[in-house]
Amino acid sequence: MTSIRQRLVPYGLLAPGLIWLILFFVVPMYYMGELSLKTGSLETGYQLTWAFDNYTEAISQYSTQFFRAFWYAAVASLLCLIIGYPLAYAIAFKAGRWKNLMLFAVVAPFFTTYLIRTIAWKTILDDSSPVVSVLEFLQLAPDGRVLATSGAVIAGLTYNFLPFMVLPLFASLERLDQRLLEAGKDLYASTAQTFWRITIPLTMPGIVAGILLTFIPAVGDYVNAEFLGGTNQSMIGNVIQSKYLVVRDYPEAAALSFTVMAAILIGLLIYIRLAGTQALMGDEEEAR
Amino acid sequence: MKKAWAWFKEHVVLIIGLLALAYMLLPILIIAIFSFNDPQGKFNFEWVGFTTEYWGKPFAISGLTDALLVSLRLAFLTSIGATILGTLIAIALVRYQFFGRKATNLLIVIPMATPEIVIGASLLSMFLIYGADLGFTTLLIAHIMFSISFVVVVVRSRLIGFDRRLEEAAADLGANAFTTFRKVTLPLIAPGVLSAGLLSFALSIDDFVISNFNSGSEVTFPLYIYGANQRGIPVQVNVIATMLFVVTILAMLAVILQQKRAEKGAAMRPEEAANKPAISIPV
Repeated sequence: MTSIRQRLVPYGLLAPGLIWLILFFVVPMYYMGELSLKTGSLETGYQLTWAFDNYTEAISQYSTQFFRAFWYAAVASLLCLIIGYPLAYAIAFKAGRWKNLMLFAVVAPFFTTYLIRTIAWKTILDDSSPVVSVLEFLQLAPDGRVLATSGAVIAGLTYNFLPFMVLPLFASLERLDQRLLEAGKDLYASTAQTFWRITIPLTMPGIVAGILLTFIPAVGDYVNAEFLGGTNQSMIGNVIQSKYLVVRDYPEAAALSFTVMAAILIGLLIYIRLAGTQALMGDEEEAR
Repeated sequence: MKKAWAWFKEHVVLIIGLLALAYMLLPILIIAIFSFNDPQGKFNFEWVGFTTEYWGKPFAISGLTDALLVSLRLAFLTSIGATILGTLIAIALVRYQFFGRKATNLLIVIPMATPEIVIGASLLSMFLIYGADLGFTTLLIAHIMFSISFVVVVVRSRLIGFDRRLEEAAADLGANAFTTFRKVTLPLIAPGVLSAGLLSFALSIDDFVISNFNSGSEVTFPLYIYGANQRGIPVQVNVIATMLFVVTILAMLAVILQQKRAEKGAAMRPEEAANKPAISIPV
């Protein structure tokens, strides 16, 4: 008897939270899928007609914004990696007693509202700002204007998602066994060789996790494009947002966001298949 | 010259790291500086002159203050709900072997890996189909939903480093399961639970995208800023943002100091204490 009760304990603990996630995450996905196959309008109501052309229409009409979103997100997460790796490396190995303070500084942006931080970039990149004058002098902003360019949106995305890159990189660098680097040196490898052939491969889980954690939110983002970009920088998120909340063309909006979700989910499942959920959740294997 | 080059080579990574940090902190500095600005028109983008006027009346704009109060109430309820639900899941995941574990892990990970806009859009789709009234309740449902996964991750990492022999000792001394949980388990995982609570509070108060979809006519602090962006953002927004920033930092520091003191008190083996970072960031 006790053994059956014992076996039910975990389900009792899981039930409330998992039911919440099923009701308010899984079920809504189903409804969004259903809505994306309906036809009709706000006035006449919607009927399920298995209208798959909602998808073909939406995707062909907004393919530019789709590609732009994936392109911007890819560039931004690559920049995050290039900026984030030295930072994570410095915190893990070079910071000494300033380590905790530097880690604290990495998460500090989370303590101010995302929107306000993005608006602050609007101030920094304003036409009259000294930053723009410097960029103009360096021939990086030929028209003396940074706002409403792709560069501004990508810079905003990079800035906003950088902490999500630094934290997993730091975690995997900190776990790196220093003796392996010493062994590399003892075997006459140069600093560059030990870096490319030991450090990078061993921190690959952190790199992949960091890229996922920056790329995914960046693809769906519309705040940066709206505040820092112009009409030529709008991403798929902007289209979905305006279709849901302004135009109220629900079926097509649902089709678009379902497509975004599907694209990301496929990538994610391939990754989980290869690497398991550990990289995203911490190390399960180590604990056992 | 050679010496300088050697110094540069030794410190180049640190210098790049500090530049990256400067990039990350610059906007916060700008927000704080512009809370002392005295803009001429409606827009607070150009520096005009120094004034402390707006720090004297941070709550003078009633719409802004109302929005802030809605956000605080929402964040408070979210952190309680999400922390309870998430902690229970974390305990089940770390302590028990059960059928469906992989599916559970997946159900925790996928919401974290879903773009916010998709979460917001799918919830709105469901609420639309059911004809639900959008407002505080739908916001609370959404905020608890997206916070649960983060709570699970944070509490779980704390539970993994947990010495189960302490619980066995309590049981050997005749404590029943509930007493053991209350007197041994809970105090030991309390720091993890507390940081999970703080994290969900922060996630909730900062959320814009999901809230934008499910708020109806309810206005939270980020939604107020979004609306105000069209017609000009009052300087008070910068003042309140700066205040929130300072308060959160102080709260974090208090938690860290408290943890350090507790760890010193709880006769932890010295080498263990040395290995524990003061700030543990769940990744």
